[in-house]
Amino acid sequence: MRLSGRNLRCVRGGREVFAGLDFNAVAGEAVAIVGPNGAGKTSLLRLIAGLLLPAEGAITLEGGDGEMTVAEQAHYLGHRDAMKPALTVTENLIFWAEFLGGTPADPAACIAAVGLSHAAALPAGFLSAGQRRRLSIARLLTVRRPIWLLDEPTAALDLASQRVFAGLMTDHLASGGLVIAATHGPLGIDARELRIGGEV
Amino acid sequence: MTLTELANPTRFLSLATRILPWLAILTGVLLAIGLYQSAVAPDDYQQGATVKIMFIHVPNAWLSMFVWGVMSVASLGTLVWRHPLADVAAKAAAPIGAAFTFLALVTGSLWGRPMWGTYWEWDARLTSVLILFLMYLGLIALWRAVEDPSRAARAAAVLTLVGAINIPIIKFSVDWWNTLHQPASVMKMSGSSLDKSFLIPLLVMAVAFSLLFITLHLAAMRNEILRRRLRALQMLQASKPVALP
Amino acid sequence: MSALGALIRRDVHIAVRVGGGALIGVLFFLTVVVLMPFALGPDLALLARLGPAILWLGALLASLLTLDRLFTADHDDGSLDLILMSRMPLELACAAKALAHWLAAGVPLIVATPVLGLLLNLDGRATLAVALTLLAGTPALTFTGMIGAALAVTLQRGGLLLAVLVLPLSIPVLIFGVAASNAAILEQGTLTFSTPFSILCALSLASLVIGPFAAAASLRHGLD
Repeated sequence: MRLSGRNLRCVRGGREVFAGLDFNAVAGEAVAIVGPNGAGKTSLLRLIAGLLLPAEGAITLEGGDGEMTVAEQAHYLGHRDAMKPALTVTENLIFWAEFLGGTPADPAACIAAVGLSHAAALPAGFLSAGQRRRLSIARLLTVRRPIWLLDEPTAALDLASQRVFAGLMTDHLASGGLVIAATHGPLGIDARELRIGGEV
Repeated sequence: MTLTELANPTRFLSLATRILPWLAILTGVLLAIGLYQSAVAPDDYQQGATVKIMFIHVPNAWLSMFVWGVMSVASLGTLVWRHPLADVAAKAAAPIGAAFTFLALVTGSLWGRPMWGTYWEWDARLTSVLILFLMYLGLIALWRAVEDPSRAARAAAVLTLVGAINIPIIKFSVDWWNTLHQPASVMKMSGSSLDKSFLIPLLVMAVAFSLLFITLHLAAMRNEILRRRLRALQMLQASKPVALP
Repeated sequence: MSALGALIRRDVHIAVRVGGGALIGVLFFLTVVVLMPFALGPDLALLARLGPAILWLGALLASLLTLDRLFTADHDDGSLDLILMSRMPLELACAAKALAHWLAAGVPLIVATPVLGLLLNLDGRATLAVALTLLAGTPALTFTGMIGAALAVTLQRGGLLLAVLVLPLSIPVLIFGVAASNAAILEQGTLTFSTPFSILCALSLASLVIGPFAAAASLRHGLD
């Protein structure tokens, strides 16, 4: 599987964020998008996720499921955690598993994998920022999607959680997935750097 | 026991648990006596047996206003004295007050059916109670809308006090509105010349319903304290550091 | 299909939980209806004549005001991104959200109608007529209001702007809803109950189709 973008140009709010951008990612590989604030790291991820439309250029996926768009084969982990505070941790996760479709994994196992078993029956509103982030990471595990698009995935995570998350990403890569992450800090796994917007 | 000692929720809980059964028994006995007396009270020469609805209606109507008074004092407790049980008392009282107000409305309209020929007449008294009911519902909605009870408490306290100031104004406006439109048709209750055979059951019922309120209020406060403890325990549970796999 | 059910279940669930807004709509409806006699006077005959109109106006305002957060809540917490990316067609997801909103906020309005009918001196027949027309017409209010709710995400403004955008769209529903109720009550003149009621049903069915497509298109074009 190979995900690539050619000559991408992104315009947001009348301002050109980047132009002439190329990227490549193959199965089993992690790509870290790095660059200064405002360089368009989030915009690039949202372009790949289909949440923004490129002003020029195209994104192509070879070797994926031809019936589906890139977005439908991707998990997107954004700044916002997409969890409802009024629902419990388990209810939130089961909802996304059912909504995203496919063959869902055992929600209890996914919650355990991110170390939230003790809070499984509590409303998500009780969780701290880091715990909510871990809950959204659990969402990546409920339904298998080959492409992971991660926006600052390690923000708000403590060192132990970062290590666990690195392990989850390694497993995902080993099973033929690919990871594209926008990041400022180290991801904790071997990743090829994609620098946009010049030097930091 | 002074107020400051009572301020301790744990002490309050143990006290409430001890006196609640006795209060409940007393309320039950008084209610039974009051209902019996109401049943055997003579019919009114004008209104017939319908007048007996008053034995239920009047205590409920009186409590509908009294409970708002209790909540106003509790709100002062929240805002001025920062008494730890004040907002618990205010929150616990709101649904009970709404229930009494609702009963006053229902009994009032049941009484009105044979008197007026309709279940509802925009009579000044009933209309004021209806607005009071709406204000109770609004207050309950406010308590429910804000997740964190301590933040909801201040907003609800302000609203309760504004309501307490506004209720007489609303009552006055409604009276004025009503007499403006229908000067003659307003039914008058028999006024102060109440017969003893009517007055005594009414007083017994009023005391019984007041006791019922105190019982329910204490129980609801106890439940609210326990609910908040449960919430605090859940928060603690959520923030527990866990060894990651 | 299970994804559709999951979305409907979740939205209804959130609306009825503590902090949810399902019952506030009913409370608003009740308040608006109670306000009317203060402006019109407590003349029961007059209220009975205006009753269907008052109830319809109250239901219209109540269902629009609760629509405000239909999409913005999901936009603010990031759920909307995932809904946009999902395999479910966006039109279907919009329809599911509107259906959930109607179940949680529209149906309670219809259930509350008999009580309010009592306050407005409507007899059993008139109350039934209003409840029936609301049952047929409120889906149209929700599904056209949904377009405004989707625009609110794009424009990042809700509240009054939403009302200004959507209220004119709901005029036909109001006309035929009140006309059908009045025809059922009066049972005379040239207008029968079935004509405006059929048009009302037709409006609801049309909005079931147009609403989701317009809302989805608005959400897609508002991507940012």
